[in-house]
Amino acid sequence: MRIPCPLCGSRDRREFYYYGSEDYLKRPSDQGSIDDLDNQLFLRDNPAGVTRDVWYHEAGCGAWMVVTRNTVSHEVLGSELVAKKKGA
Amino acid sequence: MRYSGLKVITEGLFGNKGWGPAWRNPAPKAEYDAIIIGGGGHGLSTAYYLAKNHGLTNIAVLEKGYLGSGNIGRNTTIVRANYYMPGNSEFYSHSLKLWEGLEAELNYNVMHSQRGQLILAHSDGQRDTLARRGNAMINQGDDAELWTLDQVKDFAPYLDFAQTRFPIYGGLMHKRGGTARHDAVAWGYARGADRRGVDLIQNCEVTGIDIENGVVKGVQTTRGAIRAKKVGMLVAGRSSQVAAMAGMRLPIESHVLQAFVTEGLKPIIDSVISFGMGHFYISQSDKGGLVFGGDLDFYASYAARGNLPMVEHVMEAAMTLMPMIGRAKVLRSWGGIMDMSVDGSPIIDKTHIEGLFVDAGWNYGGFKAAPASGWCMAHLMATGEPHEVARRFRLDRFRTGHVMDEEATGSQHNLH
Ligand SMILES: Cc1cc2nc3c(=O)[nH]c(=O)nc-3n(C[C@H](O)[C@H](O)[C@H](O)COP(=O)(O)OP(=O)(O)OC[C@H]3O[C@@H](n4cnc5c(N)ncnc54)[C@H](O)[C@@H]3O)c2cc1C
Ligand SMILES: [Zn+2]
Repeated sequence: MRIPCPLCGSRDRREFYYYGSEDYLKRPSDQGSIDDLDNQLFLRDNPAGVTRDVWYHEAGCGAWMVVTRNTVSHEVLGSELVAKKKGA
Repeated sequence: MRYSGLKVITEGLFGNKGWGPAWRNPAPKAEYDAIIIGGGGHGLSTAYYLAKNHGLTNIAVLEKGYLGSGNIGRNTTIVRANYYMPGNSEFYSHSLKLWEGLEAELNYNVMHSQRGQLILAHSDGQRDTLARRGNAMINQGDDAELWTLDQVKDFAPYLDFAQTRFPIYGGLMHKRGGTARHDAVAWGYARGADRRGVDLIQNCEVTGIDIENGVVKGVQTTRGAIRAKKVGMLVAGRSSQVAAMAGMRLPIESHVLQAFVTEGLKPIIDSVISFGMGHFYISQSDKGGLVFGGDLDFYASYAARGNLPMVEHVMEAAMTLMPMIGRAKVLRSWGGIMDMSVDGSPIIDKTHIEGLFVDAGWNYGGFKAAPASGWCMAHLMATGEPHEVARRFRLDRFRTGHVMDEEATGSQHNLH
């Protein structure tokens, strides 16, 4: 599997560290409830199909990114920098 | 039909014409007292113990493919009770005791072989941790022996003791650990459940769960609607999809785990050996193939086949531990979809929907758990109360802070 890094281009999967679902970026506000935390940290849609998850270009540029990919076919559809996402 | 040695001989004499199918192939009825979704090890054992321990026989197991087509028939078959944490320790201890009586109980040869499992230590710290774990196992009433380097050398002379990168310091031997024939476990429970009147319905995929005012009413399937007051979800890697039919999100992410088998060889490895550096475990099947596996592929996947970096990693671990394995040819590799929970421990619990129960999060250790999981899930579904040895496997334990992270690797689904 190859992953497109927005900064480095298409790179071998082994250069990346997988963190988990994009839900990790949905941090509750300081008014947030336990439910919000539960949803951010633990509960998952876990789709069989297109998913968005957070990867870290550990052995590359060190950028965090959200990768859109298919969990059934392993097709990788795109990526964007976490730093460019609002509120993340 | 009761199976016995005498039966094998008499059937052999008369052309083996007397063997019948091991279970019926019924069409689904319109209603049951309870429905089990998933015909894997856990679903079948739950059905069996519902019938056997609780007298509930008007039940159906609904399986989307054929019985045993999931992980129950894809695993590396290691059976052990060497857990450390309260909650896990008593549960796996109970499971191993059920394994020890399983063949007599089911009148079925599951080829359970207590050939021992040896976990290796490669540093002082690791040896200390194994001593601590061994003590916990002994306190639980199970067996553990802390072995010196010489004992390990005697027992497994083919390990690479000369290398300096990951020197072997000793190990923890769990003599009651071992392996079993995975398919036979599914078949044995299936036959046992069928003989007690349970309907095993194959090629029947659950596509919806009917809920009215917070109470479960039954399920929709590819073979029509079926009503039931109690529904259990035991679908391993597919847990999130089935729970979503009830509007639930589970603390689970699905990951692929690979396994490998070599060509058949003469007996060389007569126990289960677990490498302490890097996740790698190996045993030899009765056919002679070396069966081994390693870590997850580490990213969420439903592909049921793996990626090459993990193949390479597993082969490297194998070569580091026992260089002789480089002479063997790998015949096959495959993958299964694992229901990884946030802390690596399972869930056996009610849901917020009345009559709907969940048994999931088995990660890659659910084969050895199949007997006790069925035992405890049946108890929960029949009585409404968690079984004593499964009382910590709560669905909401992450939210309430009662996590059970056996390996202390952190609360991320792929880290266990
Ligand atoms: C490569 C590999 C190695 C492993 N090694 C070990 C080991 O050494 N020791 C150990 O203890 N464990 C091991 N495991 C883990 C163990 O195999 C699993 O945890 C366990 O089998 C899961 O429970 P099960 O048997 O009920 O799952 P499964 O057999 O997967 O059963 C679930 C069933 O649900 C069915 N299903 C799914 N969705 C639906 C639906 N909508 N409607 C109807 N049916 C549905 C599926 O078809 C499937 O048959 C390993 C797993 C793998 C993949
Ligand atoms: Zn990069």
